[in-house]
Amino acid sequence: MSRAMVAAGAAGALFGAGLALAGMTDPRRILGFLDIAGDFDPTLAWVLASALLVSAVGQRWVLRRARPSCATRFQLPAARGVDLRLVLGAALFGIGWGWAGYCPGPAIAGLAVGSREALWFVPAMLAGFWLHDRAVR
Amino acid sequence: MTLPWAAVAGGAVIGAAAVVLLATTGRVAGISGIAAGSVRAAPGERGWRWAFLLGLLAAAGLVLWWQAAPGQAPRALLRDALPAWQLVGAGLLVGFGTRLGNGCTSGHGVCGLARGSKRSLLAVLVFMACAMLTTFLIRHGGGLA
Repeated sequence: MSRAMVAAGAAGALFGAGLALAGMTDPRRILGFLDIAGDFDPTLAWVLASALLVSAVGQRWVLRRARPSCATRFQLPAARGVDLRLVLGAALFGIGWGWAGYCPGPAIAGLAVGSREALWFVPAMLAGFWLHDRAVR
Repeated sequence: MTLPWAAVAGGAVIGAAAVVLLATTGRVAGISGIAAGSVRAAPGERGWRWAFLLGLLAAAGLVLWWQAAPGQAPRALLRDALPAWQLVGAGLLVGFGTRLGNGCTSGHGVCGLARGSKRSLLAVLVFMACAMLTTFLIRHGGGLA
């Protein structure tokens, strides 16, 4: 196993632990945030603000280096401009997220404990990936 | 005011995950992209994605198991209420939409916003607005029967 795989496994473990620790694996917390007209639950805002702070400072610090420690170069998204695909894709994702309360990370995390909802949602999400690749070149 | 410490600590750990992945593999910690690439990317590009996903599963499972009360199944902490057709419908939308828009809450939210990407800022505004509107219509606008 390469060093990159060990590092990616550690990063994934941090990600999964953070999601569960923050309560973000339960879609009721997510919908509690999204439901601004109901019994508003601000948890997600705290999670995102805290993640953004660490990520902003950390990424800035990391990107000052010439290259990552286990790869030859940084591979950041190359696209710069705003287009219809970005807006349409974000809109469809938002509708699905607001419907069931799952974005990809928490849905995959639910598989770890055999959540019935995740066992339906994740295969459908993978089918959505596949449909996109079939429909859009 | 008391801070919700579990949320703040959990968020910081998620942010740290993105920093670790960037510092080591040079990649953005976007879950939709990593999950899609785990089956679609060139064979040599799949390993780190599987390692990331397995780490995510293992750690989330461990924390949920630790959070569960004695004798309680960890999955009892999560919701189990939505009918299958709704989970499938929402899953299809999330899968298709995150590929078309090149990212989800993690890639655009945690990573892109933090790098100051204009594309990510627009994506986050659009998906937050659409999600809030959808939740509103379902909970206060008659719902899905």
